[in-house]
Amino acid sequence: MASLVPCPHCGQRPKEEFTIKGAALTRPAAGADASDWFDYVYLRDNPRGAYEEYWHHTSGCRRWIVLTRDTVTHEVAASRDAADRPRSEART
Amino acid sequence: MSSYRLPKGGLVDRKAPLSFTFDGRPLQGFAGDTLASALLANGQMLVGRSFKYHRPRGILTSGAAEPNALVTIGRGGRTEPNTRATVQELYEGLAAQSQNRWPSLDFDIGALNGLLSPFLGAGFYYKTFMWPAPLWEKFYEPFIRKAAGLGKASYDPDPDSYEKSWAHCDLLVIGAGPTGLAAALTAGRAGARVLIVDEGSLPGGSLLSDSATIDGKPAADFARDTSAELQSMPNVRVMMRTTAFGWYDGNVFGAVERVQKHVRDPARHLPVERLWRIVARHALLATGAEERPLIFGGNDRPGVMMASAMRTYLNRYAVAPGQATAIFTTDDSGYALARDLEAARVDVVAIIDSRPSAGVDYRGKARLIREAVVCRTKGRKAISAIEVHRGGRAETIAIDALAMAGGFSPIIHLACHRGGKPTWSAEKVAFLAPSGLKDLDLAGAAAATTDLAACLAEGAAQAKAIVEEFGWSCPPIVLPKVEGTEGTHASKPLWSIPGVKGKAFVDFQNDVHLKDIGLAVREGYSHVELAKRYTTNGMATDQGKLSNVNAIGLIAKARGVSPAEVGTTTFRPFYTPVSFGALTGPHHGHQFQPVRKSPLHDWAKKHGAVFVETGLWYRSSWFPRNGERSWRESVDREVVNVRQNAGLCDVSMLGKIEISGSDAAEFLNRVYCNAFLKLPVGKARYGLMLREDGMIYDDGTTSRLEENRFFMTTTTAYAAGVMNHLEFCAQALWPELNVRLASSTDQWAQMAIAGPKARAILQKIVDEDISDAAFPFLAAKEVALFGGTLHGCLFRISFSGELAYELAVPAGYGESVADALMEAGKDHGIMPYGVEALSVLRIEKGHVTHNEINGTVVPADLGFGKMVSGTKPDFIGKAMLQREGLAAPDRAQLVGVVPLDPKQSFRSGSHILAKGAAAALENDEGYVTSSAYSPHVGSTIGLALVKRGPSRHGEEVVVWNGLHGESTPARLCNPVFLDPQNERLHV
Ligand SMILES: [Zn+2]
Repeated sequence: MASLVPCPHCGQRPKEEFTIKGAALTRPAAGADASDWFDYVYLRDNPRGAYEEYWHHTSGCRRWIVLTRDTVTHEVAASRDAADRPRSEART
Repeated sequence: MSSYRLPKGGLVDRKAPLSFTFDGRPLQGFAGDTLASALLANGQMLVGRSFKYHRPRGILTSGAAEPNALVTIGRGGRTEPNTRATVQELYEGLAAQSQNRWPSLDFDIGALNGLLSPFLGAGFYYKTFMWPAPLWEKFYEPFIRKAAGLGKASYDPDPDSYEKSWAHCDLLVIGAGPTGLAAALTAGRAGARVLIVDEGSLPGGSLLSDSATIDGKPAADFARDTSAELQSMPNVRVMMRTTAFGWYDGNVFGAVERVQKHVRDPARHLPVERLWRIVARHALLATGAEERPLIFGGNDRPGVMMASAMRTYLNRYAVAPGQATAIFTTDDSGYALARDLEAARVDVVAIIDSRPSAGVDYRGKARLIREAVVCRTKGRKAISAIEVHRGGRAETIAIDALAMAGGFSPIIHLACHRGGKPTWSAEKVAFLAPSGLKDLDLAGAAAATTDLAACLAEGAAQAKAIVEEFGWSCPPIVLPKVEGTEGTHASKPLWSIPGVKGKAFVDFQNDVHLKDIGLAVREGYSHVELAKRYTTNGMATDQGKLSNVNAIGLIAKARGVSPAEVGTTTFRPFYTPVSFGALTGPHHGHQFQPVRKSPLHDWAKKHGAVFVETGLWYRSSWFPRNGERSWRESVDREVVNVRQNAGLCDVSMLGKIEISGSDAAEFLNRVYCNAFLKLPVGKARYGLMLREDGMIYDDGTTSRLEENRFFMTTTTAYAAGVMNHLEFCAQALWPELNVRLASSTDQWAQMAIAGPKARAILQKIVDEDISDAAFPFLAAKEVALFGGTLHGCLFRISFSGELAYELAVPAGYGESVADALMEAGKDHGIMPYGVEALSVLRIEKGHVTHNEINGTVVPADLGFGKMVSGTKPDFIGKAMLQREGLAAPDRAQLVGVVPLDPKQSFRSGSHILAKGAAAALENDEGYVTSSAYSPHVGSTIGLALVKRGPSRHGEEVVVWNGLHGESTPARLCNPVFLDPQNERLHV
């Protein structure tokens, strides 16, 4: 019926404006092992609780964002533009 | 005797009489009546038949929980079945029909079901499924469907309009009773943005039925004055006739506003209902409490009513329930009713109190029978007597109306919608809202506070705390003085009554009675969720508002545990039924989805196009001409004309994406499986886009217009998906690339000009030289038109296999450019052609579309294996494309197929069998993906995905279609049926 999703650019917006892609996984490097690719393309965790997902603000600013969403309560703990790599990743 | 209107009193407007009908009988009520109060005022106590046993039923409540008084109102497309008479406001000309009776309400054949009741008890549906299955269709199902039922929906379209809207506030107050009004007033005076909603037509809630005085004036006047002050505040919005039906994450509440459900002829400029999503910083539930029925034999007989409802009919609507009333009570609220009845000169024959002593000192005329219970009622279509048990002695008392006061359950539904479980309070004898709720509080009767003065104080105090938390300063609260209320000893719940005789109903709407609950427990379905489904208790349209807590109490008693241990079933939205109209809003008929029309739509229409919906688009399918008797004749003519002369086809709906930036070429190189880095400026290239799993995602041409500017086309169906995908790649995968994407699908009118005479025609309007030498196959550039008056983009690409161009011009010029081309091509025999002809042309040429790119094919399957770059370090799909299975020799791959006998045909979706093989799954060799009649070949032709297809050209097979019973001998062949050397392209 209703959910509000915080877009880092547009603020709280109704979920109907968004498209969900699924788990916000990191794409393996070009020469990565086949098993890494299998994990990336096919394997998904199905956690109860916090989950990082790619959402697209399709009917808004058209940016891809990473939401940290609780799969039980739908509460959103964090949202950032997908182009802003998390600090941990940027360091490596 | 029956119910009647009192000569004075109430909040109805006696100067505004309203005519209405019930089962065709003309009746009169007043403005301010509900349908229920008006029916009672006319002595109409029998209003419906029950769901299963067709028992006569009357009006039980005065509000949203009503299980019995369901009627059908309105006519034609405005027919609304299962309308609760207790909440439907009366209007002039209202026509109500009773339900679930045949031939009439008074004489109903279905009442014989009562005789079958031993077979219709708890677990009936479960057990029926265990009976011999063949009898289901013939006997059980028709019987159940005929016997059990509510009103019938209309097949006519709904003529009214509906809206959806958002609202935002600091404090949402749900319920405009004493608690809610006090809260809204406090928060409103402090300056917060307040929204107060209530399902009723008048603000006040229980104040409208209360005989107490507040600050010396009647409670109803206090409600009126308070709401007037609220309405005068610019920061407060009072929304009446609005039911908050659900609580969702983000503290968003769903509500439905009945804008025009209380009028006969809705104004056309307004919706009849409006669906609201209310975003609240904080919310206060002031939803009050629901009185519980008592479970004794015949507690469903017309004339038996909830005590609070009887008080509402008496005080608010000036309707007396009868001449001789009795009150069966387990708490003090029964005495307030007795006092009000007597004040209105309605005889109270007896008060039957289950307790040894009351909290109030009753001094009226009624006979007070303590430590006693009603164990059954008597009468036929209305109550005539009750049997009272006291200390083992039974006594029959003649009466014509009975009130029952079984204690109050706080209305906590919304507080439980986000998964919290209610908690049982032994002290309050009630289920309370879950603890630890965020951004939501409860106050007043919804929090089991029963005293009116305490409710006013609690509403104000909670609102003060909430707005002060948000930083507003709250003026001191001045509480009004309340007089004339009764004591409020908590009720002692009386789950089961000793000595009950006959059917004692727990769930009135689903006809679940006391013995059903007992049977469910005995047969092992004592878990509350199982008992619900086994007995269907609480599963009717009222969702057990009256019955659930009683059922829990009965189960607890049967199991010898506390209600806390039994627990409740899950509360889910919606609190009350919401119409499909409100949920649909404006999205129906032509507004169901947006309509996309090409800039050349009117041009096509002008030429007589027959349109077909593809996604949101309306595409021209073919252009019939006089004398053509079938679509095939038109399509064949268009196809032949393209091959012989020239045709013009609207391809504006292809997705168009402009890609720019210093890394644009590198970006394309990564999203396509073939190479793009070295595509020269002024050239177009066919590109294949894969999914990350290696399967083909989409195809199209991309042209390099400048060093760092590209123009991509996608298929029509995947235009939006490709755009999203490219944005994902640019933003999430490779944000380090300097690339910009802009969808320009709607900016361009694009037309294909195909056929041997295409160049001659086009050259008439294009300024630049477009000879084969100057503008060869796959050339792409910006061109000037009409002597420099207009600019467009020209691409020498071909889907038909002919000499062909695609010309893109600014959308607004599309029609005039198309007109100019038709004029220029007149002498060359140009004709418009549609997507049907386009499809035939491309099948003849062996070009693939999403019929072939169906999510199961890799490039090699369609003959594109050599296109895939072996040198690029990375592209989407590269890694997974290496999988062994995707190079397996027996993969289904693209092949052509023709019938051996040109007079025979086959259709897409048919399967390929080896000659002589039986039609069995293990013999399946593949299937036809596209087929059409080819004027060039002179027969049906097809493209198919067949195991080892490319190595089987010439093999005879059978095209088999089990659905249509067709079996066509055919031959596999080269999928390119026309000009395999591409000589026509390069002229
Ligand atoms: Zn946004």
